[in-house]
Amino acid sequence: MMGKAPSLVTGLDGFRHVRSPRIQTMANKKLKLCQAMKIFSSLLLASLVTTCSAFVPLNQVLNVTPIKTRGRFTALKMVSRAEKENPYMEELKANARKIGGRGRGILASDESNATTGKRLEAVGVENTEENRRKWRELLYTAPGLGQYISGAIMFDETLYQKTAEGKPFVDVLAEQNIIPGIKVDTGLQNMFGTDGETATQGLDGLGDRCKAYYTQGARFAKWRAVLKVDDRDLPSEKAIWENAHALARYAAIAQENGLVPIVEPEVTLGPGTYSIERTAFISERVNSIVMNWLNRYDVVLDAILLKPNMILPGLDAPIASKEEVAKYTVQVMKRSIPPAVPSIHFLSGGMGEEEATLNLQQLQKEYPDSPWSLTFSYGRALQSSTLKTWSGKQENWKAAQDILVKLAQANSQAQLGQFVEGTHPSPGGGRILQALRLGGAGK
Amino acid sequence: MEAAKLAAQLTQHQKNALETIANQMARPGRGLLAADESVPTLGKRLVAAGLVNDEEMRRAYREVLFSHPDLGEYLSGAILFSETLGQRAVKDAEGRLFPALLQSKGVLPGVKVDLGLEPLDYSARETHTKGMNDLMERCQEFYAQGARFAKWRAVIRIDEAANLPTRACMQINSAELARYAAICQACGLVPIVEPEILIEGAHSAETFARVTEAALSEVYYTLAQAKVFLEGTLLKPQMIMPGVDSPSEGRPRPEEAARRTLEALRRRVPPAVPGVVFLSGGQTEEQATQNLNLINQLAKQPASSLRPSSTTCPWILSFSFGRSLQASVLATWDGKDENYEKAMEVAGALAKANAQAQLGEYQGPHPSVLKGQSLHETNRGWGASARVGGGKGESAAGATATVSPSGETAA
Repeated sequence: MMGKAPSLVTGLDGFRHVRSPRIQTMANKKLKLCQAMKIFSSLLLASLVTTCSAFVPLNQVLNVTPIKTRGRFTALKMVSRAEKENPYMEELKANARKIGGRGRGILASDESNATTGKRLEAVGVENTEENRRKWRELLYTAPGLGQYISGAIMFDETLYQKTAEGKPFVDVLAEQNIIPGIKVDTGLQNMFGTDGETATQGLDGLGDRCKAYYTQGARFAKWRAVLKVDDRDLPSEKAIWENAHALARYAAIAQENGLVPIVEPEVTLGPGTYSIERTAFISERVNSIVMNWLNRYDVVLDAILLKPNMILPGLDAPIASKEEVAKYTVQVMKRSIPPAVPSIHFLSGGMGEEEATLNLQQLQKEYPDSPWSLTFSYGRALQSSTLKTWSGKQENWKAAQDILVKLAQANSQAQLGQFVEGTHPSPGGGRILQALRLGGAGK
Repeated sequence: MEAAKLAAQLTQHQKNALETIANQMARPGRGLLAADESVPTLGKRLVAAGLVNDEEMRRAYREVLFSHPDLGEYLSGAILFSETLGQRAVKDAEGRLFPALLQSKGVLPGVKVDLGLEPLDYSARETHTKGMNDLMERCQEFYAQGARFAKWRAVIRIDEAANLPTRACMQINSAELARYAAICQACGLVPIVEPEILIEGAHSAETFARVTEAALSEVYYTLAQAKVFLEGTLLKPQMIMPGVDSPSEGRPRPEEAARRTLEALRRRVPPAVPGVVFLSGGQTEEQATQNLNLINQLAKQPASSLRPSSTTCPWILSFSFGRSLQASVLATWDGKDENYEKAMEVAGALAKANAQAQLGEYQGPHPSVLKGQSLHETNRGWGASARVGGGKGESAAGATATVSPSGETAA
């Protein structure tokens, strides 16, 4: 390279390098400098790669403890007492396992009053407290629902409501062998300076609210984080961190107060032609960041439930086959969710009712004997036809309950890999979309 | 960042090749022989056995380890030191190089690619690992020599009184592991990711478990950010146990230690990883086999009675043992050619016992000839640049810090 012939040099590890003498001399001279630089750049690299290190206090990063501290025992900062000292821990793990039991899933009926109102009004029912109560009574008293549903997520108002005869909903559910859950976030808020991205509110006073919910009978909680995805810029780093942090903090507080947290990092199905590979890439990234934040907050993974989206391409791209959806969904979960999480409950997020059932079944075929249960937490996919059938009319009550239980049964069969295609109670339905609602769901 | 760019460039064909190798390494009834001790580390052991530490002695010793005809029934791979890749088996009819000899038995050759430990400037008792310089070129050369997987050892130390490990140490080591993994995969080598948490110290098993969880969280988060292809990697952790200096009362029973090990791994290791291969780290040969056996028996039980068919541990749980597969062999061989056959049989028997343990079917008696002797070595892997700071955890009798003239090559 430089006029002199390169020589074979035996390196320090016994490996033979081809090195020109000039480079050899340079290498020798700069070895010490390189070592020092490397340590510095490793530090820099570490802080670039794991940008969360910005949150590590300086005294912990530069922890040079003088020998004088020997003899004074200081608890290791990394070791948390949270798990050991939480009196609810065994109960949390047992409830999480129960909700994720074979052949059952979650009914997501926790729409805020405003969202519920939109749905009721679409079938000509006025948005009053009594109508909302009636609608939920229809759902929870459906005979035999508990065969297919292990948990029902409620909104704040609903947790305290009763049947027309005066029986609390929590008791109705307990008799059905359905565990009551509670939505604890207070809605989405726009993140300024982003392209419509959101943060989820609800951490203030969360501990006290969880305590009250536990007393009332709730045993699991839910917090919905939403991330937008597109071909290029979404979601932003800022949105991912904000939502991951809030999910982790919420989960820690919920566990502290006896509620199994459903961790929901929804990469939401949105407009655009972005590919299924793009969704997979982003979901994997989001999941791994969320898991890391949960770990930093000492959330015990054996006592959470995950509620992710299935992996789908954008709304303006061709609908993916169930085989494709299952392949990418399982791939993402295998790469990012450790086995200790007892159960993964996929959200329906706009999929049609039949689509949601068939995709769920395909997951079982793609990954039989998975370490976590692959099941459902469906809102629209269990309620849409039910609500249409009822339409607020007393004479349709039984028929509406009937279709709800049939829908739950279909998804239960799908979870077991036993659903017979072509027997769906709501065949051929299209996507059931709803826009992101901002401004606080505390109403 | 660079590693992520490398990883993103892997073609589907390359990924398939890596996944195939990883699945070959991690399969039921098989494990890895770690025979990659550096010159000084092996030298210590040879000298302690009264043998000379020269190239021929090291070659002859490795030949004993690799020669058993049935080795391929118990081992899926063997990790070699770089020098060994270019050495030959003289007793072999065709005089083959070791990689070819191993391949002929169905044992994949692997190679250690790191260059030992170096203290962190801001925390003298913590280390990062050397070897990143021209790692890409070396990996390409190793692949040409027949290696199909690689190993890089990062070390994390627990010292409760000194507030170790620091989070920065875990981040630096994780970043290095991620970069090493991406480079290996770009060169066709499956990287074994080894974040070893030392058992030196007086900490409890519970502390060890929590630190393991913190370290593994950092490792897998960093691998994910670097987009390392997890299906083409293996993990090499330490089994969970209390520190060697912890009081003997209150030590957990082996079943409890096995349970903690599985709990920690289930909480942090994604199912995409095909295999977890434990290091033996100073356990006796018999302990290592028994503990592996317990772990695999426990792993067969379902995690929840409500889901009896679920897989508790979706990765193969196997061994990547060094001392626990070799100590009896060295003792039996003793450098003498007349002991060659016997030593080779011991090597085979040790491998077989651990292969059975991988299936949860190990039954004694154990073929070890060194019953009860601890194989623990302190400060393994420090080169001459180690400012071996004093402090707890360094046993006076066993201070075996390597201070070799060449300075760099350490285990």
